Amino acid sequence: MAAVPAPAMLARTRRLGDRLGDGILFSLTALAAAVGVLVVALIVWRVAAGAWPAIEEYRLAFLWRNAWNPVTNDFGARDLIVGTLVTSFGAMLLSAPLSVAIGLFLSELAPPGVRGIAGTLVELLAAVPSVVVGLWGIYVLAPFSAHHLQPLLGGGATESTVFTAILVLTIMTIPITSSICRELFLSVPAELEQGALALGATRWEMVRTIVVPSVRGGVVAAVILGLGRALGEAIAVTQVIGNFIPLKLSIFEPGDTLASRVANQYQGAPSDLAVSSLIYLALILLAITFVTNLAAQRVIRR
Amino acid sequence: MTDLRATGRARRRLVVNRLAEATALLAAAAAIGVLGILVWSVFSRGVHALSLDFFTKGPALYGETGGGVAPALAGSLLLVVVATALALPFGVLTAIFVSEFAPRRIGNQVRLWLDVLNGFPSIVIGIFVFALCVKVHLPLVGWGNHQSAIAGGLALAVIMLPLVARATMEVLALIPGELREASHALGVSKWQTVLRVVLPSSLGGILTGTTLAVARAAGETAPLLFTCALAGRATDWNPTHSVNSIPMLIFQYSEAPDQSLHEQAWALAFVLIAFVLVASLTARFLLDRSRRRFTSS
Repeated sequence: MAAVPAPAMLARTRRLGDRLGDGILFSLTALAAAVGVLVVALIVWRVAAGAWPAIEEYRLAFLWRNAWNPVTNDFGARDLIVGTLVTSFGAMLLSAPLSVAIGLFLSELAPPGVRGIAGTLVELLAAVPSVVVGLWGIYVLAPFSAHHLQPLLGGGATESTVFTAILVLTIMTIPITSSICRELFLSVPAELEQGALALGATRWEMVRTIVVPSVRGGVVAAVILGLGRALGEAIAVTQVIGNFIPLKLSIFEPGDTLASRVANQYQGAPSDLAVSSLIYLALILLAITFVTNLAAQRVIRR
Repeated sequence: MTDLRATGRARRRLVVNRLAEATALLAAAAAIGVLGILVWSVFSRGVHALSLDFFTKGPALYGETGGGVAPALAGSLLLVVVATALALPFGVLTAIFVSEFAPRRIGNQVRLWLDVLNGFPSIVIGIFVFALCVKVHLPLVGWGNHQSAIAGGLALAVIMLPLVARATMEVLALIPGELREASHALGVSKWQTVLRVVLPSSLGGILTGTTLAVARAAGETAPLLFTCALAGRATDWNPTHSVNSIPMLIFQYSEAPDQSLHEQAWALAFVLIAFVLVASLTARFLLDRSRRRFTSS
């Protein structure tokens, strides 16, 4: 009886073209995947290298220096970092509860016919380009906010304010966070929900005791992903925030953020130090979003 | 007769439930309302400036009225073509690697880093390409050391890459394993299975994923700020030159002092938003259909 040849021997009987084809396709795809991963490393490297002159000049003190003066060639990031954190966390404060509520509406509350349409509309809000949101922010939202919302909250009638930027960021992050929330809530087993209802819970009690607790980590990740978007948004923010530092002590005054300052200087910086300080700002932004993103991915993958 | 209306604790629970339901409904209505107001503002303010001249002419000279945005339309098309030409092959090949070749552990790593790339702010991508090939002196033909459509397209390609790759992975995962097994059982080698069986059946999904990525890239301004922003006034098809683009022009006109430029900004926003919304809606519709085809069979 002839012995069955070992797999390694069988492999050698395959046509040369197939062996070559498999190898070539494998190498090509592996190369492409490697490029995709290497781009991340390349971004970090090139941005850090571009910022190097400013890093050498200021070291970490750049983070708490407060200056942006191209005339005296003096730069620092403190108020821009503060502005970034204030606008982003302000937007999260508004967007997180709203997004969870929208996610609940789309997954638990809405009648099946409405669900698909409403979900698509909310996601379309994410597809609106930021420059269009910004344009709308300047000419529609900012005047409305200045004359109707800000006086209610005890602010003045200034149009370009940190508050307007917070509103714009809220609008831009809601579709991201709420569509992830909807997916999460839909993933909760129907048996658990029906069990709670059968025991006499109201819909709200079912949501509070079953749905939300079972996906709490995911909701946190969804909010962090929205936060990442808010931290990095440049165009829409620079259009409405007024591009002004030093920061005032009120959110109803003009301000600025890291991304917005970088975007605003696109027509050219006067000196090499100004250019590399600008890239230093991008590097800080990169570091912040890198950490928030990795954190969110970690939570999601668990 | 007993009163059947809830009282006390039960009544409170019902009221709380009603309040919660109303809040959720209001939140969803607010989000959709904002979309409606936004689209309506853009439409009502932009529609007047739309005319044949708007689409076919360059910007008006100083002191003249009228003029159009033809250079920006051409430039956006050029940028998107460059970006797609770069991102599509890399994205699809990466997805094939992850779903057909890579061991699970490596595949997960690639996925993770693509997601991280997707989370990078677009302004940082712009600065990256600026530092990579605008600021430095590259001795390559015609590009490097200055802004160009190639640099801008490269920045947009970095934005599109994770989108195309993730969308393609999703479609490849939907292709039934039986198809691959049947092909293997007939003695077809792996590379032919991938090219002749797997890819053709996922073509529709790849196309819709790419459409969504194009819709996103066409509206991005931040990556172009430092890579393809300072351009002349004429229509220019040379990819080694810096070109005008729709989002850049909206951004510049939105802060211009001239009232007629504001109107053009709104009209451009209308063109952009119409393209983006129609593209995303069609892509979504087709994606749903192809998904249903694979999951129902």
